[in-house]
Amino acid sequence: MGKPTGFLEHERALPDRRPVDERVKDFREFERHLPIVEVQAQGARCMNCGIPFCHQGCPLGNAIPDWNDLVYRDQWREAIAALHATNNFPEVTGRICPAPCEEACVLNINDDPVTIEHIEMEIADRAWEEGWVKPEPAETQTGKSVGVVGSGPAGLACAQQLARAGHAVTVYERADRVGGLLRYGIPDFKMEKHHVDRRVAQMEAEGVTFRTGVEVGVDVTMDALRETHDAVVLAIGSTTPRDLPIEGRELDGVVFAMDFLTRQNKAVAGDAVPDPISAKGKHVVILGGGDTGSDCLGTSLRQGAASVTQIELMPRPPESREEAQPWPEYPMVLRTSSSQEEGGERDWSILTKAFEGEDGKLKRLRVARIEWVEGEDGRKRFEEVEGSETTIDCDLCLLAMGFVHPEVDGGLGVDTDERGNVAASLSDFATSAPDVFACGDARRGQSLVVWAIWEGREAARAVDAHLMGSSALPSSPRAA
Amino acid sequence: MPHVPHEIRLRAQERGLYRSDFEHDSCGVGFIAHLRGEASHTIIQKALQILENLEHRGAEGSDPQTGDGAGLLIQIPHGLFRAEAQRLGFTLPRRPGVYGVGMVFLPSDDELREQVEAMIEEIVREERQDLLGWRPVPVDLTACGPNARASMPTIKQFFVGPGTLTADPNALGRKLFVIRKRIENEARRRGLEEDEYPYVCSLSRRTIVYKGLLTPEQLPSFYADLADPRTETALSLVHQRFSTNTFPSWSRAHPYRRIAHNGEINTLRGNVNWMKAREPVLEAPVFGEDIEKIVPIVDPRGSDSAMFDDVLELLVHTGRSLPNAIMMMIPEAWQKHASMPPERRAFYEYHSCLMEPWDGPACIAFTDGRQIGAVLDRNGLRPARYTVTKDDLVIMASEAGVLDVPPDNVRAKNRLQPGRMFLVDTAAGTIVDDAIIKEEEATRRPWQRWLDESIVTMGEVPPAPRGSVPPPLDDASLRRQQKTHGYTKEDLRILMAPMAKDGKEAIGSMGNDTPLAVLSDRPQLLFNYFKQLFAQVTNPPIDPIREELVMTLRTTLGPESNLFEESPLHCRKLQLHGPILENEELEQIRALDRPGLRTQTLSGLFDPHAGPKGLGIALERLCRDAERAVQQGATLLILSDRGHDRDRAPIPSLLATSAVHHHLIRAGLRKNCGLIVESGEPREVMHFCLLIGYGAGGVNPYLAYESIGALVREGVVDEVSVDEAHRRYVKAVEKGILKVMSKMGISTLQSYRGAQIFEALGLGQSFVDRHFTGTPTHLDGVGLDTIAAEAIARHEEAWRRVRLDVVDDELDPGGSYQYRRRGEHHMWNPTTLATLQHAVRSGDYAKFQKFSAKANESAARSTIRGLLELAPGREPIPLEEVEPAAEIVRRFKTGAMSFGSISAEAHETLAVAMNRIGARSNSGEGGEDDARFEPDENGDWRRSAIKQVASGRFGVTIQYLNAAEEIQIKIAQGAKPGEGGQLPGHKVDEKIARVRHSTPGVGLISPPPHHDIYSIEDLSQLIFDLKNANPDARITVKLVSEVGVGTIAAGVAKAKADVILISCGSGGTGASPLTSIKHAGSPWEIGLAETQQTLVLNDLRGRVRLETDGQLKTGRDVVMAALLGAEEYGFGSISLITMGCIMMRVCHLNTCPVGVATQDPRLRARFAGQPDHVINFMTFVAEEVREIMASLGVRTMDELIGRVDWLRPRQDVDHPKAKQLDLSKLLHRPEVDHAISAVREQDHELELAMDTVLIEQARPALERGEPVEIRMPIRNVHRTACTMLSSKIARLDAPLPDGLVRIHFTGSAGQSFGAFLADGLDVTLEGDANDYFGKGMSGGRLVVYPPEGSDFPPEENIIIGNVSLYGATKGEVFIRGMAGERFAVRNSGAHAVVEGVGDHGCEYMTGGRVIVLGTTGRNFAAGMSGGIAYVLDVDAAFAGRVNKEMVELETLTSEDLAFVRSLVHRHYERTMSALAWRVLSGWKKESRRFVKVMPTEYKRVLTERGELRRPSHAGRTA
Repeated sequence: MGKPTGFLEHERALPDRRPVDERVKDFREFERHLPIVEVQAQGARCMNCGIPFCHQGCPLGNAIPDWNDLVYRDQWREAIAALHATNNFPEVTGRICPAPCEEACVLNINDDPVTIEHIEMEIADRAWEEGWVKPEPAETQTGKSVGVVGSGPAGLACAQQLARAGHAVTVYERADRVGGLLRYGIPDFKMEKHHVDRRVAQMEAEGVTFRTGVEVGVDVTMDALRETHDAVVLAIGSTTPRDLPIEGRELDGVVFAMDFLTRQNKAVAGDAVPDPISAKGKHVVILGGGDTGSDCLGTSLRQGAASVTQIELMPRPPESREEAQPWPEYPMVLRTSSSQEEGGERDWSILTKAFEGEDGKLKRLRVARIEWVEGEDGRKRFEEVEGSETTIDCDLCLLAMGFVHPEVDGGLGVDTDERGNVAASLSDFATSAPDVFACGDARRGQSLVVWAIWEGREAARAVDAHLMGSSALPSSPRAA
Repeated sequence: MPHVPHEIRLRAQERGLYRSDFEHDSCGVGFIAHLRGEASHTIIQKALQILENLEHRGAEGSDPQTGDGAGLLIQIPHGLFRAEAQRLGFTLPRRPGVYGVGMVFLPSDDELREQVEAMIEEIVREERQDLLGWRPVPVDLTACGPNARASMPTIKQFFVGPGTLTADPNALGRKLFVIRKRIENEARRRGLEEDEYPYVCSLSRRTIVYKGLLTPEQLPSFYADLADPRTETALSLVHQRFSTNTFPSWSRAHPYRRIAHNGEINTLRGNVNWMKAREPVLEAPVFGEDIEKIVPIVDPRGSDSAMFDDVLELLVHTGRSLPNAIMMMIPEAWQKHASMPPERRAFYEYHSCLMEPWDGPACIAFTDGRQIGAVLDRNGLRPARYTVTKDDLVIMASEAGVLDVPPDNVRAKNRLQPGRMFLVDTAAGTIVDDAIIKEEEATRRPWQRWLDESIVTMGEVPPAPRGSVPPPLDDASLRRQQKTHGYTKEDLRILMAPMAKDGKEAIGSMGNDTPLAVLSDRPQLLFNYFKQLFAQVTNPPIDPIREELVMTLRTTLGPESNLFEESPLHCRKLQLHGPILENEELEQIRALDRPGLRTQTLSGLFDPHAGPKGLGIALERLCRDAERAVQQGATLLILSDRGHDRDRAPIPSLLATSAVHHHLIRAGLRKNCGLIVESGEPREVMHFCLLIGYGAGGVNPYLAYESIGALVREGVVDEVSVDEAHRRYVKAVEKGILKVMSKMGISTLQSYRGAQIFEALGLGQSFVDRHFTGTPTHLDGVGLDTIAAEAIARHEEAWRRVRLDVVDDELDPGGSYQYRRRGEHHMWNPTTLATLQHAVRSGDYAKFQKFSAKANESAARSTIRGLLELAPGREPIPLEEVEPAAEIVRRFKTGAMSFGSISAEAHETLAVAMNRIGARSNSGEGGEDDARFEPDENGDWRRSAIKQVASGRFGVTIQYLNAAEEIQIKIAQGAKPGEGGQLPGHKVDEKIARVRHSTPGVGLISPPPHHDIYSIEDLSQLIFDLKNANPDARITVKLVSEVGVGTIAAGVAKAKADVILISCGSGGTGASPLTSIKHAGSPWEIGLAETQQTLVLNDLRGRVRLETDGQLKTGRDVVMAALLGAEEYGFGSISLITMGCIMMRVCHLNTCPVGVATQDPRLRARFAGQPDHVINFMTFVAEEVREIMASLGVRTMDELIGRVDWLRPRQDVDHPKAKQLDLSKLLHRPEVDHAISAVREQDHELELAMDTVLIEQARPALERGEPVEIRMPIRNVHRTACTMLSSKIARLDAPLPDGLVRIHFTGSAGQSFGAFLADGLDVTLEGDANDYFGKGMSGGRLVVYPPEGSDFPPEENIIIGNVSLYGATKGEVFIRGMAGERFAVRNSGAHAVVEGVGDHGCEYMTGGRVIVLGTTGRNFAAGMSGGIAYVLDVDAAFAGRVNKEMVELETLTSEDLAFVRSLVHRHYERTMSALAWRVLSGWKKESRRFVKVMPTEYKRVLTERGELRRPSHAGRTA
């Protein structure tokens, strides 16, 4: 409920992040905590809406008003229970979610939204600190076995739900550590990896077996998996990056963002990185204005880049919500990420026309300014601004333009949809192959972690129902 | 006008929604008697005159020449009959009283009539009596209306001479009773319908009834006997009927054999059931074996009055005196009556063990031919006045002035008082004082000793055996049990925690937009398939807080003994203080084992693994077990679902209770035992109400207690101990039950128990017939299988195979009160709401269509209209040919939302928007700022076209009413029908206080009833009042859909409403108890269809427009409403949503973050709504309507109205529960060719009002501002005097100066004298006045004093009736004499001097000053939040009669004294009051006897504002 008049008494407040000049020197998290009473005051701002739009805005369907209220009333233990009811990994989503819930918050109509994401993080961190998060193994085993391919957020959520339903779950991960994008995509300064380790330990205690370094289709065939398990869930993510096949693409120094980020994450973890890619002393240009681009930016700064420029094909978004994107929709507005706070330049409506190098090494980009115009079919097209072509010095160009589809050509034996994703419907998550299911980015295409977790949970329920006839696993159906 | 044949009526019942047993009536009642029993023909003439003067209380149906019925009861005119017998060739005994006369309606068909006559003769013979002869009653057919003639019976009298009988003089009377019962039973057995007769009007040796479907004037010309001077009587009971229906029914005219009744028996269903249950234990030595011939005691075809009469007659025949029987059936409110003599309390307590009260507002006049009297219900909700003359006549009637009595012939004038009996004994020649009758009864037996010996209170029951109270559950078991019973998080957090913490039910706001239980995808508790019924129009709800003294939850449990005897054993029962039992108490009861009180526990569990069948088997076993237990001597049965586990699931507690209850009734065993329910299921108020309503005497909600214990331990309920939390919870439940009872106007739990005041929605007919016998269920629906499946689903959920994660420990989120993704569906959800707002803000019709697609989809899974579709088969037309949207929007209205519940910004935006497009906004109940009555400079108009008049009458002045195009009388509100409201003090800011004529910071109460509408004829009066106050405005009456609303609407149509609004039970609210939002009121589709069918069948539809509202959102919704019969359409919540409301549902907290429903200036600043948003919405809907019309080939909306034949049930419904509904009754079209939509206007007959003369005479004042004096006689038929004149004055540019128009009336004024009086009028009445004197007075002056020549002491006699100065806002009043009940109720500004008042004086008053120079009744100042009363405490007992909940008693300050003295002085000047003179001349002494009644809050606020020192703060007349 919060406090009925809480939103009139307290202003939105978040903890200060670590100072920029301090945090760019290491890879530790920049998030800080608020004093408990302050968090409670933030919880008090929740208005106990008859229609909690936040709850709808959240892909997971987190019962946000419930746990805001519990925090306000200092009932943290109940709060983590309410949070866990829809979300397996709140310490993750409390850190790295773009928080569509806050955009949808009713207070966001004419005031500042409740600090939902931060409260979520506080609840999760407190719960871990207090030792409330414990393994919860199933009471009885079903005797069924499920293989989950991929250990990103979807695979993990799916595996945890299935294990708790009493199935014997094995998670296959081709990398040498568990976590997928959580492990290798997200830099430590946004989320330190012990969060993932703790969960993995919890899941192991709940009976989940992790097999790393096993690539399905390479190290083990799909058929073998289907032999071994009563059901197989593909949660392999959407890992094929969007490329930019223009002149000079082959030059040394044109790198996919994920190759760059993964190496850094490994380094932070203390793993050996045989072929490092470093931004140190380089002029770095990042193509793509999204979250991955920002992660590259923060990482480059920390590595000591001489300059970092992030450019984007799309036009600069408006400063605030426009009429065409009314509340409670998630609006395209200019957002400044923590990495963007730290330095670097940003520019929009820039078309990269060629990579130019010397001796096979990238030296500069040839770019032009563009203008977006609406075509006769109502679609927006860009036109190059005449005479705007110029070059940018660049030693390292990071391609952060998103991912197009999963890597499914390795003999997984499932049909894909027109976008190249694994074809499976939301009603049963079943693929074209018998007993094989798919969830997460592999099924829906690249998306948010919250969607991945949601997909993992819902797929687990579908698999459980498939195996047992019915499922008692909770569901958070997409809203009406 | 064609008469509706019986078959069509029957078919309407079978195939449609109309049911004749919903008919209500109420009316004018009266009697006249010669005190010493001198018979004369004059009495009959006077009786007929009384009847004629009561005619305005009756009604006319579609045929103006046919009334609803009138009649009179007289003593047998022996002289006439003896002469007539001689003429007809048979002889009557010489003396009266030794033979009986039957007045009987016989079939008009000759052949049938002969059979019936033979049957009667046969029965008389079998009873060994002599049928002396038949006499055709001479009637004049031309004297009655065509409808009446069409259904007229052959009317005959038969004479029964004594055959073989005992010497007992009453033996003949009893035998005649047996004969009558046998005639009724035999007729029923032969399948003769009521309309086919025979119907025995009377069969008695003392009295005879002449009645029929006649108007009072027709009566004497129709029955020649009545005009015959040989017809003589010493007493006569008369009655004029106003029925909600117009089906010609001769037999339903009053009087009945012993009574004439003005009122309603609310508890009828229960009373009849209990009477039925009693039949097996009846034994009456005086009847001997005849007892079998007289069952069923209650004729199931009768009206409530007839049923009351049946029981009363039986009681009298078995030896009870008439007063005794009446006292038992309509007891006073004795439980909380501190000053009642103890013997009398004992009498009532003893008799409460014999019979539950027949509860409801009533004035019952009764007679046995010698004694004649009348009694009012315990709350005095019917008016009754009497006059005793010096020449020994006693005249009693619903109003004063029904018979002209010269002033010097008046010995006394008075009124009946609540619960008091007025009895004239013509044999003894006396008026028997109430106290004496009751004293006699109270001391006739040692009631108290008997009670002491036999009745067992909980205090006397030994403590529970050690260890019998189960220990608290562990967390896991608690969760399992909660899941088994379908607990949700919301149940705990939203419903129960506030009850346990605050001792009252939580408040919610906005409407109910979740699916009906039968459409929900989630397993529903059986409770959710029922809706509470509530009183509207035909009887008033009660205020359970302010009028608590008439209400009680005390009840007794245990076996009942033979009704016809009196013995100590009759009260050998267990007495409970309330129906909710704590665990300890239950164990005490469980351990009871003493003679007459033996408890047995029966297990109510079933095998869930056996599937739905398991429930059926278990239920049968439970019923058999109950039967056996009672046969073996158990007198208290505990139906328990404790002990449910993995293999045993609880039978839904309501099903167990009602099934056993009805099984035992059928088995004739019900009266031998009490039922107690021990169940984990009940938790909210509705659950308890249902259990009690279906027979439970006590309920132990053990799991609710457990759950509250856990809430306390978890800290959700803080600052209280577990025990205290339990107590508060019980208190909250009990308050809630009182509230639900009060909504129906029922004041005692004993009467509520088993009264089944519910309708089922979505339950199958056969299931209901079997287990909920007698409960209406309109649409058929699911049965035992579904109920079982839902119970099994809950059980499975609780016991599913593994313990999952923490999630599994969590309860279901519920989502019934607040949207949750995993919870119940809501029609207002993030998608629909946001899409609508985007559409109206952008003005994008395509977006709106997106919204309406979603909304219709959502309605399809939530509402009844969603199950209907347009029947195909019509040719579409081009859209351009359809009438324009601008025309269609004129039928649109916004919901009634008061300024106060919503912000000024929101209120005015709605008004501006609706006025711009010629649609109508509704002021709601809260007045309106005068500044809004004129247009703004830019042409916008901020005044609401519809002005609401609700029970609080806030801001209802003559100016307000004249600024309206339409005046809406709110009888009920969808979110909380039958309840009042409260605006908390913190919401009453300066501006709100100003428009409501109250004090800023002081809370305001709207009473549950309109205190001027206790019956249908009262409503008719209020409509007339408002029509006089603004002759140009349409009058709308707002009802809420419930079963039977159609018959109410028929009454309302006859009361001449121009528009009837059938509002949906799901409607919105600013604040209402959650129970009411969810469980009271039914969908508009049903109510509208029932109303349409009933009005059409009665041929009333043509003269009234219908309107509906409730979750209307789209063009499809509007078209559905039109086809089902509505001409106009209201949009409530949705119009707020267009202005930015996001369904926070916190209206009651004043924290609306979008500035819609708040008065907080910080939040109001956030309001972003624009008139254009509202206009866009209305236009979009109209456009959609047009598109559908084009597809139907219809050019104007008028063509759509009532075309149910264009609808059909949707063909593709695949919802397993919804599939079982039968919507054919909804779509029935009565087979008559009457109008199916409004085709003409009501005739209000304003041109006949006396004000037309007044206006003519006042012309110099109105036109030229010249002083005018008018002198006129007045009679009781002159109602609402001076109101139309006031309307003229209100419309003048400038107010008239004080006293410019002086009017002097002489005589007895009719009701609503001086209603809504305007400034400038100074009105004197020399005589007396009836009810509603000075209602809504808005200025001016009213003066009343007794006529010259009268010599009774005025201060001891009633001079004006009940409910005077209701909602007065201004003006000055001097009354020389006493006023009736509820003087100055809700007065907010008038100053008055009066010489005595009845009960509930100054109730709900918020302003003004009242000086009472004499005694007051009980409950003075209840709910009084403002203004000051000064009472001369003549008997030093005033303090005991004050309800001190909100007021303090003080001594007067010197300012007060100066004020009082000056006003009393003016009183003396204007009325020449001798009392005033005494007070003034002895001022030094007298002034010390004044007590000042000061509302506590009011005083605090005035002190804070520094206004306390000015006693005339509220402003006296200009």
